Amino acid sequence: MGLGTAEDTATEGAPVLVVQHLSKSFVTKKGAPALLALDDVSLAAHRGRVTGLVGADGAGKTTLIRTAAGLLAPTGGTVTVLGLDTFRDAIEIQRQVGYMPQKFGLYQDLSVAENMTLYAELQGVPMAQRPERFQKLLRMTDLTAFTRRRAGALSGGMKQKLGLACALIKSPRMLLLDEPTVGVDPVSRRELWKIVYELVEKEGIGVLLSTAYLDEAERCHHVVLLHDGKKLDEGPPRKFKDQIRGRVALVTPPAQIKPRQIQNRLAGRKGIVDATIRSGRVRVVMAQEGVQSLARAMPDAWQPTIQEAAPQFEDAFMALIPHREGHFQIASRSTAGPGADQDEVVVRTRDLQKWFGDFEAVKHLSFEVRRGEIFGLLGPNGAGKSTTFRMLCGLLSASGGEIQVAGHDLRRAGARARARLGYMAQQFSLYGQLSVAENLTFYGRAYGLANSRLQERLAWADAEFDLARWRNTPAGQLPGGYKQRLAMAAALLHEPDIIFLDEPTSGVDPLARREFWLRINGFAEQGVTVVVTTHFMEESEYCDRMLIMSQGASLAMGTPAEIRELARTPERPDPTIEDAFVALALGEVAPRGRATDAGKAGPP
Amino acid sequence: MVGTLRRILALIRKEFASIFKDPRSRLVLVGPPLIQFFIFGYAATFDVKNVRYAVLDEDRSSESRALLARLQGSENFELVQTLSSDRDIDTVVNLQRARLVVHIGPDFSRALHNGIPTTIQVILDGRNSNVALIALGYLGNIVEQFNRDLAARGQTGGGILLEERAWYNANLQSRWFIVSGLGGVISMVIVMIVTGLSIAREREFGTFDQLLVAPFRPGEILIGKSVPGMLFGLLDALLFSVGAVLWFEVPFRGTLTALILSLTCFIITIVGVGLLVSSLSMTMQQALLGSFVFMMPAIILSGFTTPIENMPQWLQIGTHINPVRYIIRALREIFLEGAGVPMVWPQLWPLLLMACVTLPAAAWMFRHRSQ
Amino acid sequence: MSRAALFFMRMRGFLRKEMLQIYRDPSSIALAIILPMVLLFIFGYGVSLDAEDVPLAVVLDDPGPEARDLSSRFDLSIYFHTHYATSITEAEAWLTRRQVEGIVHVPEGFAADLLNGREARVQVIINGVDANRARLIQGYSHGILQKWIEARQARGEPALRPPVTVAQRVWFNESSVSRNFLVPGLITLIMTLTGTLLTALVVAREWERGTMEAILVTPLRRVDLLLGKVLPYYVLGMMGMVLSVVIGIFLFGVPFRGSIGALFILSSLFMLASLGFGLLISAVIRVQFVAAQISIVAGYLPALFLSGLLFDLDSTPRFIQIVSYVLPAKYFVTISHTLFMTGNVWPLLLPNALALAFMAALFIGLAYRKITKRLDG
Repeated sequence: MGLGTAEDTATEGAPVLVVQHLSKSFVTKKGAPALLALDDVSLAAHRGRVTGLVGADGAGKTTLIRTAAGLLAPTGGTVTVLGLDTFRDAIEIQRQVGYMPQKFGLYQDLSVAENMTLYAELQGVPMAQRPERFQKLLRMTDLTAFTRRRAGALSGGMKQKLGLACALIKSPRMLLLDEPTVGVDPVSRRELWKIVYELVEKEGIGVLLSTAYLDEAERCHHVVLLHDGKKLDEGPPRKFKDQIRGRVALVTPPAQIKPRQIQNRLAGRKGIVDATIRSGRVRVVMAQEGVQSLARAMPDAWQPTIQEAAPQFEDAFMALIPHREGHFQIASRSTAGPGADQDEVVVRTRDLQKWFGDFEAVKHLSFEVRRGEIFGLLGPNGAGKSTTFRMLCGLLSASGGEIQVAGHDLRRAGARARARLGYMAQQFSLYGQLSVAENLTFYGRAYGLANSRLQERLAWADAEFDLARWRNTPAGQLPGGYKQRLAMAAALLHEPDIIFLDEPTSGVDPLARREFWLRINGFAEQGVTVVVTTHFMEESEYCDRMLIMSQGASLAMGTPAEIRELARTPERPDPTIEDAFVALALGEVAPRGRATDAGKAGPP
Repeated sequence: MVGTLRRILALIRKEFASIFKDPRSRLVLVGPPLIQFFIFGYAATFDVKNVRYAVLDEDRSSESRALLARLQGSENFELVQTLSSDRDIDTVVNLQRARLVVHIGPDFSRALHNGIPTTIQVILDGRNSNVALIALGYLGNIVEQFNRDLAARGQTGGGILLEERAWYNANLQSRWFIVSGLGGVISMVIVMIVTGLSIAREREFGTFDQLLVAPFRPGEILIGKSVPGMLFGLLDALLFSVGAVLWFEVPFRGTLTALILSLTCFIITIVGVGLLVSSLSMTMQQALLGSFVFMMPAIILSGFTTPIENMPQWLQIGTHINPVRYIIRALREIFLEGAGVPMVWPQLWPLLLMACVTLPAAAWMFRHRSQ
Repeated sequence: MSRAALFFMRMRGFLRKEMLQIYRDPSSIALAIILPMVLLFIFGYGVSLDAEDVPLAVVLDDPGPEARDLSSRFDLSIYFHTHYATSITEAEAWLTRRQVEGIVHVPEGFAADLLNGREARVQVIINGVDANRARLIQGYSHGILQKWIEARQARGEPALRPPVTVAQRVWFNESSVSRNFLVPGLITLIMTLTGTLLTALVVAREWERGTMEAILVTPLRRVDLLLGKVLPYYVLGMMGMVLSVVIGIFLFGVPFRGSIGALFILSSLFMLASLGFGLLISAVIRVQFVAAQISIVAGYLPALFLSGLLFDLDSTPRFIQIVSYVLPAKYFVTISHTLFMTGNVWPLLLPNALALAFMAALFIGLAYRKITKRLDG
């Protein structure tokens, strides 16, 4: 965490926000029980400090921030901002706080300067102060060169910084940020945090922000952990980490074993809270102390190296969150042998190009994917990975170069060629009004499954994805994690050879993300080829190989170890993929193993 | 072949389920058609009734009263005011209290007794010229009848009788004219909305990509997407045709075969247009506005409410590419003129020709317009 | 800074934003400028209730000069285009095949009856499918016959003018051109599009795009929000109105007899009423799709069909007339017809203006009550 931990700032300022016994329920439908979004939550945020609201989806983070902004009326309890009640004095509060909603609240048709002017006028910033204030904010957010660009044409990171600038237009005494870093690339995330710290340290304002990125929690002075509308715990991040000291282990796999195999082995076992792949090793959080006992959970032949590791906030989070039923139950574990060493090339692109008008969205990409591989397309929003992906699936025509998927160009190939692949679109495209069973039946039939074969596969989906109890629920009303499961079940129902997954983990909480990757591992072990896009850098650890993209071009391609290696420096002996990305994006290291080099960089 | 059929069936089944389960689609399917049926049926009429009129009778004789009594007895007219001086005419017409004023001069009865032709003056409010002309026609008929009765009583000689007959619609009810075409227009609205939204909805929710990646051929998607719209459209068109006959008492003189065949041809064409609009739009919003932009001129320029023959020549030629024009004509021929299939055929082949353009164009668009 | 200064600053910012958005969003321009033009042209050219050059079969079974004299009157009329048939059978065949829309049949013995003072008959057969057109054809035939009789009488030929004839005077629209009442009525429809449909859409779009949420967390008050939405779309709607009036007068030659000031004031009232309705829809419904549906069904369709714009309200059943009383469009159609064709008839304009003012106040008041600075209603 380049900026260091700020939790040792001991001086506690005056409270800017006091939440007392706050409850908030929503009536969704007539007759249906009201949805309890917040249940008796009390907390405080202080001047000169960053208070983080951390929790999975549906934890109540957004509801709390909106209530603090005076957008929602509490069902029970009180919220006081700067000594004013949010229910009665909303307007007065709104004069003194800055608020950035999840979608940034920018007018897409207005330029950067026009958006800022709008908020300056609405907040009553006097004309005389504006030039100076604007200059300062633009400098701070690095947007000086883009004042005339339309907000709609900005990249995700720039939009977010502009949103922040608009929220800061009148030097607020308190800043409310709702998931400010969602969908933003790592470089922009780091810049945003830098700005937030400057504000807190120099101007002494209080910041309340919500985040689903657990690594960001460590950057807060004070963390409030929400789950299902209830406060689970709060305190400085160190307090959380101290609770699980001695329960975190790093397992380094021996040469012939993949970290994925170890993870598959450990995940879901009794006594193991969490198992993830980090920088080529498996990070394990245990229910009790005693990390060496892990060795017993693995075959003797593996002989992995086990060492205790310093806990991170994420480990504590996993340990604190109540785990769901049916979590981590993988029915189909490695039946077929590991398929990754088969040499058959399943997906091949050469010199792939895409132009939208005079905008080059994809610049000369060449890469190959082999059977049974998990191949990741990584990059921030707008890097061109979705465009590449859609060309692979035959949804977009390429402007130049060639594509072959299982020997066909899907754009031109007939329906039969498509029958062998599975596709899971962004945002888990399901028919929201149709029930789970109807969705599955439709996709089954669409791929030619019928009668007993269809019934068999439906039963498989119910069991594998734990969908049985949701059978008759409309897909649109499923919780996020189950939507993702259903989408995956639909894509896998016909047992495809290749599956394409577009941002399968965006908008899904950390628990569901872990589960998802375990499943994907399972399918890859069975010889299914997986092509996946993601903007979560740490997820690339699960891939066999990856292609990192930025602005349509390839930055690097290789195995996770190779990519990490790029960013290794004396000061940073153990870099993460994210570090590597930042280094690549900032041009600190030279791109390597680039996909433009005809994809020769294969696994070692 | 079996695979194709199975996939199409799966698609159709899914289409029906998603139409019935989407509250927004249900709203669109039920509300507007019903409202339109009654609005068109009741409000869209050129029949002129209850014409408010005022009378200025300067003669006050039994003859003038006899003439005015006929006016009062007609269901087309409604007396609102009896004026005492011609200065009042201005006010009464300007303020729209009366749409026409009948002015009988002081020597009306004397002229009649002496066998001298005489004139009554009628002042009409021309703000709605159509109402004015038709009211004038009604008045002319009443006066003519009055003349004939005078002649019968031997008070005057013969005259010229304009003997009028209207074929197909003897009482000249414009409701017949409007309502007979209603099935076509309303079914178009429904078909446009069902098919227009179908692809746009999938685009908006991201499921369309899923369909394109699945082993569907464009033709299969086309058929799967067309069938629900066609069934809904045909069902509604027939339902509204029955409603026209039973509720609005429009005669049905043609053959059922001709009706079903014409509606089917028309609906196939409209499905093509709807799918084209849908595959061009990226959101349901755009699809809805797109359908609106197509339907509005298509209805107005179809002869549904006002005759095509009244348009300038260049526009009349232009209406040949308007599918609604053909179905309106065919429906009127079937309902009112008793047409069978051979008689409506000239209206049907242009429809089929249009379908041959729009449907393949829509199928091509499926794949070529995706971002 | 004073409260007023802050208020003006907020309004300036908000209005500038709305203007820029309208200016940059093609769909607003399309709905506010292009669609009205299209409507205007479709209605101006495509919708006409005036029949001209109606193909008419003429059958002269009487060989005399009187019959030919009468038929030549039909030949010369601008309303008809005559085709001579040799027999009534042939003419009826034409009518069935729709080659003609009517038949004028002068039977044998017409001249003899006329000269001998007996009742002479002329038969007119019309295709009644389009009842309105048929009625107009009847009316035109009547007129031609009457003119012919008058002409004969003037020449001293035996004509036997009927004892009572009707002398007609059509006020305000002397030549009875239907365009003269369709185009002024259309302005109502165009202003409804901008006022109700466009307004409902833009506000719903702010909700969908999440900008409303950010705007709500500023010191903007409910009044500011209301004013900020009303003013720009008022201006836009009035621009559409001016455009329509200009096109109507200069392209379609519609007369304008009222005063510009009256038009401005009265159309402002109507604009505010339909804006208020649009804002009310969007304050309650935050989804563009549904908002569009409702504004079409509750705003556009009634303005077209229940306002007296195309179909005469007096002739509709009672319950339709009752429904029409709650529609602002009904009042404005009357106002617009009067201003264009009659003039500033204040005793007529005032009650309608009052009704509009009441509705504007009601809708805007309701919208104001429904606008909230909270997300949970």
